[in-house]
Amino acid sequence: MNHDHTLNPETMPQEPEKATLEGKNKFLGLWFFLGGETVLFASLFGTFVALRNSTAGGPTSQEMFGLGLVFIMTVLLLTSSLTSVYAIYHMKNNNFKLMQLWLGITGLLGLGFLSLEIYEFAHYITDYGFTFRSSAFGSAFYTLVGFHGGHVIFGVSWLITLLIRNAKRGLNLYNAPKFYIFSLYWHFIDVVWVFVFTVVYLMGKVG
Amino acid sequence: MENTNSNQNLNSFQKQKNKEEMKKQLISFTLMIVLTLIAFAIVAMGAIEKIYVIPLLIVLAVIQVGFQFYYFMHMKDKDHGMPATIIYGGVWAALLTLAGLGVVSWW
Repeated sequence: MNHDHTLNPETMPQEPEKATLEGKNKFLGLWFFLGGETVLFASLFGTFVALRNSTAGGPTSQEMFGLGLVFIMTVLLLTSSLTSVYAIYHMKNNNFKLMQLWLGITGLLGLGFLSLEIYEFAHYITDYGFTFRSSAFGSAFYTLVGFHGGHVIFGVSWLITLLIRNAKRGLNLYNAPKFYIFSLYWHFIDVVWVFVFTVVYLMGKVG
Repeated sequence: MENTNSNQNLNSFQKQKNKEEMKKQLISFTLMIVLTLIAFAIVAMGAIEKIYVIPLLIVLAVIQVGFQFYYFMHMKDKDHGMPATIIYGGVWAALLTLAGLGVVSWW
């Protein structure tokens, strides 16, 4: 089967993302990348936990953090994880239009999360004077949470590029792995956020 | 039971399977939202002592991440031996990193 041809229900393999060697390699390659990312984020988390009480007389996490905003951010990101599951569900049913729709919703939820994070950082900087240079806690906080936010920015850009680039191609064995590994990456961003809201915000509130 | 099924039938079988899979995903999502709510509620109410809260929060996070990996990222499915090996390898190296940082910070 020529993989440039758009799939129809008769020729659609059950797992279009792993039907070609290239797809299989992309799949494994992304998992390798995620294994590395786990270690990278672990070192940022470890550094943050070691430095989170070194506030140098500046604002502390108990004074600044508001659980309401963090909860809304968590729900946005968790929901975007579910919408990307829906996108892959429609990919496996060979429904390109619905896959595009759910990926679009995923991107919008990601942008919503990012705007709240930018608002949050602006709030800390302007209302508390809490910056990257305030204290060791400030440096560790902005490095960890900012690095996660950077992953969200990268993910949204990746998604927009994929959607535009493949808008008129339809679903085929060439682009199915691309959409699938994007969804894996996006779930991983949510995995990291689960630890961010637990370790940074909830444990920060507890003290 | 008969093997004269057309592709159309095979397709509807596959569609039904995908649908059941989606149902499991929705249940996972609901459980993840509940776990998040419990974690936030524990901290917001502040009813439990500090030494118990932190381990409890970490356990809740690990369960939620398990759902994310095994259901949303399909690690429970067949042909996912290699991804599981890679991720557990990453988790192992991550734990060593955390232990190392813990030793230099608090030993």
